[in-house]
Amino acid sequence: MLKIENLTKRYPTGDLALNGVSLEVAKGEVVALIGPSGAGKSTLIRTINRLVEPTSGRILLNGVNLPSLGSRALRRARRTIGMIFQEFALVERLTVMENVLSGQLGYVSFWRSLIRKFPQSIIDEAFRLLERVGLEEFYDKRADALSGGQRQRVGIARALLQNPEILLVDEPTASLDPKTSRQIMRLITELTSERGLGAIINIHDVPLAMLFVKRIVGLRQGEIVYDGDPDGLTSERLTDIYGEEDWTATVRKKGSDQEEEDNGEENDDDLPQAAMSLSRREAAGRQAGRK
Amino acid sequence: MPTRTLNGTKVWQRRDRATQFRIWLGWLIGTAVFLYCWRIISENTEWEFVQDAHIQALDMASRMVPPRWSYTPTILRPLWDTINIATLGTVCAVAIATPVAFLAARNTTPSLLVARPLALMIVVSSRSINSLIWALMLVLIMGPGVVAGIVAITLRSIGFVGKLLYEAIEEIDERQVEAIIATGASRPQVLLYGIVPQILPAFAGISVYRWDINIRESTVLGLVGAGGIGLELQASVNILAWNQVTLIFIAILGSVVLSEWVSAKIRHAII
Repeated sequence: MLKIENLTKRYPTGDLALNGVSLEVAKGEVVALIGPSGAGKSTLIRTINRLVEPTSGRILLNGVNLPSLGSRALRRARRTIGMIFQEFALVERLTVMENVLSGQLGYVSFWRSLIRKFPQSIIDEAFRLLERVGLEEFYDKRADALSGGQRQRVGIARALLQNPEILLVDEPTASLDPKTSRQIMRLITELTSERGLGAIINIHDVPLAMLFVKRIVGLRQGEIVYDGDPDGLTSERLTDIYGEEDWTATVRKKGSDQEEEDNGEENDDDLPQAAMSLSRREAAGRQAGRK
Repeated sequence: MPTRTLNGTKVWQRRDRATQFRIWLGWLIGTAVFLYCWRIISENTEWEFVQDAHIQALDMASRMVPPRWSYTPTILRPLWDTINIATLGTVCAVAIATPVAFLAARNTTPSLLVARPLALMIVVSSRSINSLIWALMLVLIMGPGVVAGIVAITLRSIGFVGKLLYEAIEEIDERQVEAIIATGASRPQVLLYGIVPQILPAFAGISVYRWDINIRESTVLGLVGAGGIGLELQASVNILAWNQVTLIFIAILGSVVLSEWVSAKIRHAII
């Protein structure tokens, strides 16, 4: 479905961020992109929806070469590519609902988006998604009143409301605590398999990637140096990607590590209780302030 | 080279010798210029007048009190005019300055080579001329009256509001904008969802702040014939009715205090 051929990006400063990267992602396939800082992971996924313009190479999404599109066609193509960000990138001063609905901006007219008059079917879908990510009660809260994990859930709902064919996920857990990170990764991978979505997930946390994703691609200095399953990530391979280090704690031990995680006791229903009661308290405080 | 080796120990200084000397030289020149100017001013001053200044001031003060309260009904209308000049001038200025700010901001301008310099020109030329001088010219062009005052306030405020607003636009969080771009939104929609919510508090704060300033500025516009309470002020000064002048001062003070209070309330409510 997504086919990247010989993609190169050289920044105006002269830095070569991507050096002839070729990568293919099948429909419904989830790929974790790992590699040291500055390896070009962010650049790679940003060239796909052209937040960063590639220098050369082809990016074929369902046979359409994205780098050659004009601005109108590019906007249409972007509607089918959902993006999830490291710092969530919610519009802080808009409500949760407005943030989720902004996923539909590519489909509605300027006038409708100005007066916030979205089609009812879209609003239904937005409520369904908020329920799916566990935030149905939060639709009228402002985005800056949410905790990190909650914000990322809104970001996921926004991306999914685009009804995308592929998700670009840029360090979804880098600003989250370990437990929330796992919940978010599980939510993303569950949603991709529910909807048959392809995804490229940039991630620093190698054990987390190995836990949730079946195909791992290692990037080093703008080149792919590993492409395979998590079990193949031996100490030698990790040294190829990141450089010399003691990797024994990271490499997966032979055994049922993954199954244990899959039917683990954590689940997504246990929405951070503390965060929930905190925001209730905030709401109460605001009402008191109005009086 | 703020470090040098002295008897084998490494000595750190804030500045090296040459920089230190240049700074010292700068202070020397500054002081010399200051003393020279002082001398020129002193030579051009009639010190006899300055010497009895306190007597003159006391004399004027004695004629200023008590304020002539019966004069109040006469200045209510001009006071209302003054507030209207300030308010309408601010509204017009904000309406014009907003598009100018989007043209001037580096991240929203449609063209860096044409639109941006043009918008910056508007901002700078508006800012460089005081509203009293705008009013002086406009009274000659449009005749005396409130309209000249409104236009003067507008012309002066465009630059102020435009500058602060475009700086606010340049300081927004680009990640939020990128997220909206990534959904396939059009340029106007990106503006609406990615940028406008981020600058709304600044927009409101700047507008109210400028309104507050304009209340003060519009009180003097009447001095050159551009309507408002300044007209009464000048009339009273001309007939040496100092007790009326006091009343006008009190009225101006009252409206400024009121506008400060209102603008503080509004800004507090927004942020």
